[in-house]
Amino acid sequence: MPPAPSPLVDLRNVSLAYGEGKDATLALGDATMSIAQGEFVAVVGPSGCGKSTLMKLVTGLIAPTSGEVWVRDARVTGPIKGVGMAFQNSTLMPWRTTRDNVMLPLEVVEPHKRRLRTDRAFYFDKAQKLLASVGLGEFGDKYPWQLSGGMQQRANVCRALIHEPQILMLDEPFGALDAFTREELWGIMQQLWLERRFTAVLVTHDLREAVFLADTVYVMSRRPGRIVKIRTVDLPRPRTLETTFTPAFVDIVHELRERIQLEHA
Amino acid sequence: MTARQERLARLLMPWLTLGVLLLAWELACIVFDVPEIIAPRPSRVFEVAVQRWDLLLRFCLETLWTTLIGFALAIGFGLLLGLAIGASPFIYAGLYPLLIAFNAIPKVAIVPILMIWVGIGALPAVITAFVISFFPIVVNVATGLATIEPEMRDLLRSLGASHWEILTKVGIPRAMPYLFASLKVAATLAFVGSVLSETVGGNRGIGFLMLSASARNDSATTFAGLFAIAIMGVGVYAVCALIERRMTRWAFRGELVR
Repeated sequence: MPPAPSPLVDLRNVSLAYGEGKDATLALGDATMSIAQGEFVAVVGPSGCGKSTLMKLVTGLIAPTSGEVWVRDARVTGPIKGVGMAFQNSTLMPWRTTRDNVMLPLEVVEPHKRRLRTDRAFYFDKAQKLLASVGLGEFGDKYPWQLSGGMQQRANVCRALIHEPQILMLDEPFGALDAFTREELWGIMQQLWLERRFTAVLVTHDLREAVFLADTVYVMSRRPGRIVKIRTVDLPRPRTLETTFTPAFVDIVHELRERIQLEHA
Repeated sequence: MTARQERLARLLMPWLTLGVLLLAWELACIVFDVPEIIAPRPSRVFEVAVQRWDLLLRFCLETLWTTLIGFALAIGFGLLLGLAIGASPFIYAGLYPLLIAFNAIPKVAIVPILMIWVGIGALPAVITAFVISFFPIVVNVATGLATIEPEMRDLLRSLGASHWEILTKVGIPRAMPYLFASLKVAATLAFVGSVLSETVGGNRGIGFLMLSASARNDSATTFAGLFAIAIMGVGVYAVCALIERRMTRWAFRGELVR
């Protein structure tokens, strides 16, 4: 049997405890998961189960207490390169216009950082196109606080993608939005993923969102978070709002819901 | 009221309040027959100010210069120290308690020491203005840096930003509204500092003028000096507020969107 292609992200028995000695609380217990190149993964679970911790571990923002994190066949010891992140709080900078916010990663990440000054027009165009693809084409010169919550979150996603990262980390990016806007953004997110095929890790507590977007859904237990279920979603793409009403979709959501219900019992 | 009238009324309000206060003061002095040496009538103060305007102006300018130099130094040092304290927990731990201790010392106590060191003249006034006004700047700038959203920091770190990049791209812009807010407090404090130094022991400035006038029982001139300081204070405050609006428009977004 030929060896399976090595996964892009590989977590091996990773645990994380906050605090030291007796005060230490275990946030994440013995997580093992592997994410393939171009896979869309969702992590769901009750609140406070260490979902966001998992994300910070993968990107190397924090180091695991035990276990190993591997990305691209290299062990993660510090913040890794080629990542885009979007949080629930859009964290756009109020002193920059929306376009300048989106272009922020270009000022930091090589090789764009070096080229930004000479190829200003090229990058400006790139940002403009990306904004247009999420329906923000005319809002580049507006400040983030002049945009609605949904528009801010779209700009946030643009900022996470502008430098073409291999891995996109989404930490409840649509959590603070109303249901209609959220469903609209699922569609936009899926479209972006189908076009670019980056590897995505979505942390959410919305099961429908997870099933709509992901190839694989990981269910985590209550704190200390452990992975208690892995569910592959093999619904055809592109998925639409209609899909969410089909029996196959509803069944998967049910199945996940029941597993999480156990955690609250 | 139309919007225009409302704006006009709001512009007039401070002058109206001032007028009413001065009038009440004037009337109180007449009704209770207050001797001029205790509290001169505002009209009398005004009269003296007009009579001796050249003298007042000269002493005012001396004070204004020393204050502005001290204030400018406070902005420079305050900004640097605030950034250092806000950016590094070690510098914070090392310096913050000392800063608080130093700020607790009444500045009037250090003026005589300054005079032993640098003599009388403009220099002790500049130093006192600097010393008294740089504390709020440091504290505010440090607060601005320390309250950066952790997500904002994580985002930049995940992009591989250096500490310097995080400081220049997030820290400094984020600290600007805090800096300008502190300047409004620090500007008036700087006047307190320079006049304090001039009053305790000096040979120049509006504080010295007031001191020598009161030594001659010339209350009207003393009060004219007080008014002059107040006017200069408001002037510098207004300039700071104007620059603040220009520099950190985004922090006043509520009014812009309207």
